[in-house]
This record gives sequence, C-alpha cells and structure tokens, in this order.
Amino acid sequence: MTLSVKHLLGIKELQKEDIELIFQTADSFKDVLNRPIKKVPALRDTTVANIFFENSTRTRISFELAEKRLSADVVNFSASGSSVSKGETLIDTVHNILAMKVDMVVMRHSASGAPWFLSNHTDASIINAGDGINEHPTQALLDAYSIRERLEDVKGKRVVLVGDIMHSRVALSNIFCLNKLGAEVMVAGPPTLIPKHIQELGVKVEYNVKKALQWCEVANVLRIQLERQHKPLFSTLREYALYYGVNRQMLDSLEKEIVIMHPGPINRGVELNSDVADSKQSIILDQVENGVAIRMAVIYLLSGKREVE
Amino acid sequence: MKTLLDKNQLNITLQRLAHQLVENHLDLANTAIIGIQPRGIWLSDRIAAMVKQITGEKQINYGKLDITFHRDDVHKHDIHVPAPTSINFSIEGKDVVLVDDVLHTGRTIRAAMDALLDYGRPKNVELMVLIDRRFSRELPIQPDYVGRTVDTIITQKIKVYWAEKDAKEEVVLIDQQKQDNKA
Repeated sequence: MTLSVKHLLGIKELQKEDIELIFQTADSFKDVLNRPIKKVPALRDTTVANIFFENSTRTRISFELAEKRLSADVVNFSASGSSVSKGETLIDTVHNILAMKVDMVVMRHSASGAPWFLSNHTDASIINAGDGINEHPTQALLDAYSIRERLEDVKGKRVVLVGDIMHSRVALSNIFCLNKLGAEVMVAGPPTLIPKHIQELGVKVEYNVKKALQWCEVANVLRIQLERQHKPLFSTLREYALYYGVNRQMLDSLEKEIVIMHPGPINRGVELNSDVADSKQSIILDQVENGVAIRMAVIYLLSGKREVE
Repeated sequence: MKTLLDKNQLNITLQRLAHQLVENHLDLANTAIIGIQPRGIWLSDRIAAMVKQITGEKQINYGKLDITFHRDDVHKHDIHVPAPTSINFSIEGKDVVLVDDVLHTGRTIRAAMDALLDYGRPKNVELMVLIDRRFSRELPIQPDYVGRTVDTIITQKIKVYWAEKDAKEEVVLIDQQKQDNKA
C-alpha cells in the first residue's frame, strides 16, 4: 500500500484510503512515541528542510520533532533573518536550499497556493504546513485522528467548526477531511466570518453558536485571525466573545457532553474561555500530542515515493 | 511448485521446535518468545501455544515485534505498512527467542535485533525459523532452531500457508521463472 500522491499539498487531493493509511501508520508511531526510546532509524538517509515564511510554534516544533524521531536530518529556515528580506524570490530560495541536497520540504507561506506552485518546479516532496487562507492538511489530519481516538470513529459523527471560517485554512482542510471520512460537518459563527456559498462544499451553516453546539458531538473552535482581517468584520472582541465565544455556562446548558477542540493558539476569553479549554471535555493537548505521530506518518509515507539512484 | 512440508509434516516439525525450545530453556520465567510481524507471528502463535501445553505454564512471556521502521530498504520497494508491536513485559535481562517463518538474506533479522534493542537489553537473543534458505545469506546471521533447511536460488520463492489465514496449511517452493513463462 502506498499514498496516491507525491506531495501533501491539501486534503482536497487525497483519497479516503490515503487518510486511512496515514491514520494506520500514525497508530504505529504513537506506539513508538510511548516507548523509552522514542526514535526509529527509518529515514536516516533523508534530509528535510522546514521553510517557514510565516510564524508558527506548534506546527514547526511538531514537524521538527517528527523528523528527528524518524532520524532524518533537519534544516530550519525562517523568512525573518534570511535573504528573503533582501528580495530573493520564493523559487530561488527553494532552489538554493534544494541544491544542498534536501529530499523533502515542509513549507508554510502566507500566499494561498504557494506549495502547489513550488511542487511544479522542484523534484522534492512538498508538505504544506499551511498556505494563506487555503489549506493546512496536517492539522486537519490530526484533528480527525483525535476525533477517531476519542470517539472510536469519524464516520457519522457530527462536527461543528466554530468561529472565523473565512480566514481559516484549518476550517477548509477540516471540511475536506471530515467529509471524506463520512462525518457530518457544520460551520457556525457570525455571518461576516462565514464565506457565502460554503454550503456548496457539503456543510451546514448555523449563525447561532448555541444551536450548533446542541447539534454536534464535537466542536472545533477556531481562532479569530485578526492579522488576516483587513476590514472590520465584527464590532469588538468583547462583543464577539459574548455572542460567539464558547464558555462553561453555554456547555453546561446543553443536554449532553460534547468534545472541545482547538487548533491553537487560543485567544483565551475570546473564542474559547479558560474554564472550557482546560476542562476534561477538551482534547486540545491530545491534538498536539497526536500531531507528532500524524506528521511522522505523513513524512514516512511520502519518503517512500522518492526515487533512489 | 513443490511441497516442502504438508500439513502433517508441518505439525511434527512445529512440535519438535517447541520441544527444543523447552529443552534449552527449562524454566521459562526468564524466557521471552517474540514473533516478527507480519508473517512470523503465525509461527510464533503456534510455538507459544505448544510451549504452554508442554510445560503446563499458563503464563509465558510472548510478544510481537514490528520492524518496519528499522528496515534498510525503506526506499527500495513500495513503502511497508507497519503492523502493531505488542510487548507487554520488560525484555531487560531476558533470554529472547525471535521467531520468523523464512530466513533468507538475514536482513529482516538484522532489523528485528535493532528494533528489539529499542525495548531494552536482553541477556541473549536466539533465532527460530521454520525454513532456512541456506547459502543465500547477505549478513552473518544463523538460526538456533530450524524447522527445515533448503537449498534455493534467488528466483525461487518459499510460501508458508497457515490454516488461520489461508484456509490451508503447507510450505511450498515456487519457481518464479516458470510461473512467469506460463503467464
């Protein structure tokens, strides 16, 4: 068995079987991560470059740990403090890095579609670690994997994505991923933050967060991405928190206990209150833990696609 | 295609292997039987059950080891999908018997020894195989318990069928070139 793709650019290009293969492989890596020696020699002949044109904590550390636990060599690059500030183009930067014999590139970029562009111009496998407001495939995979871990299966589960759907690459990747796995998906939030015609992707839309939470089994609360909002889309953060924030009182008024997720970083007191984020309903830290296993699985499976002379 | 062991012969050989293991280990408290995923576990399941029967012990240290991430041919073939490892005891200071169905180049066993050491430091490690393809070794690895030794050339293949998964039970030698000609 093998993946149907050479790069992980987006969930859109993946088959359901690919996702299941990644999950199955991640199960094995989770075992590895719980052993005294958390490292396997599988990729000791592989070099991976982590190229981050945008800030990141979790994703970057998670990828780096995943690569190191597979015994790959790792080089890190961040746009600040590099020749990008001297005016070097994306393709020149990457060609120069690849000229140093790198086999795989993990890239985050603020321009949507940047990884696709790159994959047309290089031989290395590209893993998208987030591109603009388009996709963040490994986040969606680890989200679905965490749901599968908590509720045994993703199929038939009702998942609501709450908050800033418009600017969230996590939302789009999650919609593709959950749909492929057979879950029911709803998006909820203020109308200004939900793109028009998003129903075309096969999701329900709800503007009342409480009603959405009542419907679902899992709520994935997304971050308000102020850095991407170039015009006012809601009046104040305080008002947003009042009407669309998820808090303990709201959860207690539901007739059931739902699972709370958040891809991080959390704006505490805005989209998610601390009394929810730190409760036992929340699987936020499980998501982070599973992230390493999922990324190990993706890197490992893609490395098999490489030609060896 | 040639049958090397039929159902009866296979059963006799398995009995002998289990008895040899008990003979060498006597007190099994410090012994661990570990089957190599994916194909070695069918043999190790049988051996573990027979050892229990012979000694009357209810509890023996029996585990399964996946070696996918320790292989030296990760990029040479289609990627291998890992199978679960289940070793629910410490192998520190134990006498470990690794179990696999066919010993050919020795590379699988090399990977298994590497993978095993990630779980601890056994006192010693022995190797049990059902079929030893003699003279085709690429690494200096020899088995301690052998079901049947055969001389083969590289184009031939050995297949072991188990009742639990294949609905029949035998060991056959397949001449791949001849098969290809037919096809």
